Amino acid sequence: MSTTTLVPEHNPEPAAGGTLLADGLAMTGRHLQKIRAAPGVLILTQTMPITMLLFFGYVFGSALAVPGQEYRAFLVPGLLAATAANGLMTGMFMAAQDCDRGVMDRFRTLPMSRAAVPLGATASELLTTAVGLVPLTLVGLAAGWRIEGGAAAALGAFGLLLLFRFATSWAGYWLGLLIRNEEAAGQVGSATFVLPLLSSAYIPTDGMPGWLRAVAEWNPISALAAATRDLFGNAAPVADAAWPSAHPVAGTLAWAAVLLAVFVPLTVRRYAGGGRG
Amino acid sequence: METTYAVLSEGLEKRYGDVQALRGLDLAVAEGTVCGVLGPNGAGKSTAVRVLTTLTGPDGGSARVAGHDVVREAAAVRAAIGVTGQSTSIDGELSGRQNLRLFARLLRYRGAAGHARAEELLERFGLTEAAGRPARTYSGGMRRRLDLAVGLLTRPQVLFLDEPTTGLDPHSRNQIWAAVRELAGRGTTVLLTTQYLEEADRLADDIVLIDRGRAAHRGTPAELKALIGAYAEVVVADTSALGAAAAVLDQLTGAEPVLDHEHRTVGAVATDPTLTLPRIVRELDAAGVPVMDASLRPPTLDEAFLRLTGREDTHTVKEPAA
Repeated sequence: MSTTTLVPEHNPEPAAGGTLLADGLAMTGRHLQKIRAAPGVLILTQTMPITMLLFFGYVFGSALAVPGQEYRAFLVPGLLAATAANGLMTGMFMAAQDCDRGVMDRFRTLPMSRAAVPLGATASELLTTAVGLVPLTLVGLAAGWRIEGGAAAALGAFGLLLLFRFATSWAGYWLGLLIRNEEAAGQVGSATFVLPLLSSAYIPTDGMPGWLRAVAEWNPISALAAATRDLFGNAAPVADAAWPSAHPVAGTLAWAAVLLAVFVPLTVRRYAGGGRG
Repeated sequence: METTYAVLSEGLEKRYGDVQALRGLDLAVAEGTVCGVLGPNGAGKSTAVRVLTTLTGPDGGSARVAGHDVVREAAAVRAAIGVTGQSTSIDGELSGRQNLRLFARLLRYRGAAGHARAEELLERFGLTEAAGRPARTYSGGMRRRLDLAVGLLTRPQVLFLDEPTTGLDPHSRNQIWAAVRELAGRGTTVLLTTQYLEEADRLADDIVLIDRGRAAHRGTPAELKALIGAYAEVVVADTSALGAAAAVLDQLTGAEPVLDHEHRTVGAVATDPTLTLPRIVRELDAAGVPVMDASLRPPTLDEAFLRLTGREDTHTVKEPAA
């Protein structure tokens, strides 16, 4: 055994002021390192919407008609919106996995900011999504979808997609802290695929029965899908839809604000409280 | 001089659903000492550590660690402690080196200093070769050493070791024991939970035996051993000699010997600290007993519990869960 000092003579000086930024960055770095060590999950989640584009766009799409529009041009913004909503699943899985494997408790014994652990996870979601939307966008362009609006509006669409991903990953993280079990989170997560099905992401809401149409138009994913179509210049919002879908940009911003206002404090409180009571 | 307590708890209560894990646990660990919290699975050891390390709030009672209240001054407690063992873990997806660097950063090391500290600890715990591999590929012993290394990135005022050697190979166990001794020698207060009497005996200045969520006995290892005694066991060459051997042990220990015909063995609890193995062998020899093997060993935790609490502890599990 070497003669290295077991414990240092002096501990590092505690940082002056807030540690949220430094700790949050360290935690974001950790998630990016994990992705680099095991990129399989990321690749799988990125190829999923592309597979769906091929199935919906070419297999089912031949039987679907959207008035005044090529179906695949309608579908691509919807898939982008559905991908953004996946923050719910990934946020939940990240939190549950860290709880299940005991590393969450290690973080909780450290003198670090109480918001840094969830912030690091959701910020890493933001970064991976920013990269992950690129392949789907390119395949969408190859499938015939076009950005028909201005560049500023298109950037606005990507901004909304990222904001929505960030907001849903906070909601997911809170759920993951409740579930605390990796396997259970995986099961609940795979059930979230129905959420975009109950929205205007894949099909227009006009043809749905009245009660279902109301559900779908209040679904935040519908607002995001409609906002994305609007900003990319693919289709104007449906005027007689429910408010968030009829005013989709404002509706999406409102939904994101509500999600963040509710789930950021809930998540930080849940994390600090420990969950096991 | 007045004793300063690094850990002081009074009447800690904690309930999980139907299970009352702690029922009025009192602990007092003097600064700079090693306290061994000894008990079988389910006695409340890990729950006590969880409360004292701010991972969970108590339902009743109070506790101070390094002078700070674990509920009202949790942040100050966290700044003063290191935690390692069963109740926490490292990140299995990251490599050993990445783990140490991450936690160094979270503990306020700046870039190069944190990296240097990580390399020091990797070397100290024999993990340099495996440093680049994901920690999930490590053996149990390597994981536990990495876990302890993370707990020692900075010098904690109080180090909590929750069953640090349960299920470990002798090599890893010895490394962890050496580290605990060195820490104690440098004045760090250590609270160690264990299921092994031997471990508490070797490392602790004071032992608290906990049973069903409260302290059943406390004292120095010598005091506890005097209470519990040792276990004398003799293997004879022929079953016909068992009776004679039992008579000798009965006379020497005053305790009722237990005979095992199948293994030609007779054993008895010895509470007299002056009784030595040579004396047992001499007496057996003088009585003409053909002795094959004889031992005077510390009792197992089960036997100690039986003596101190007067009953078998139904929670005792010999093989701990991984």
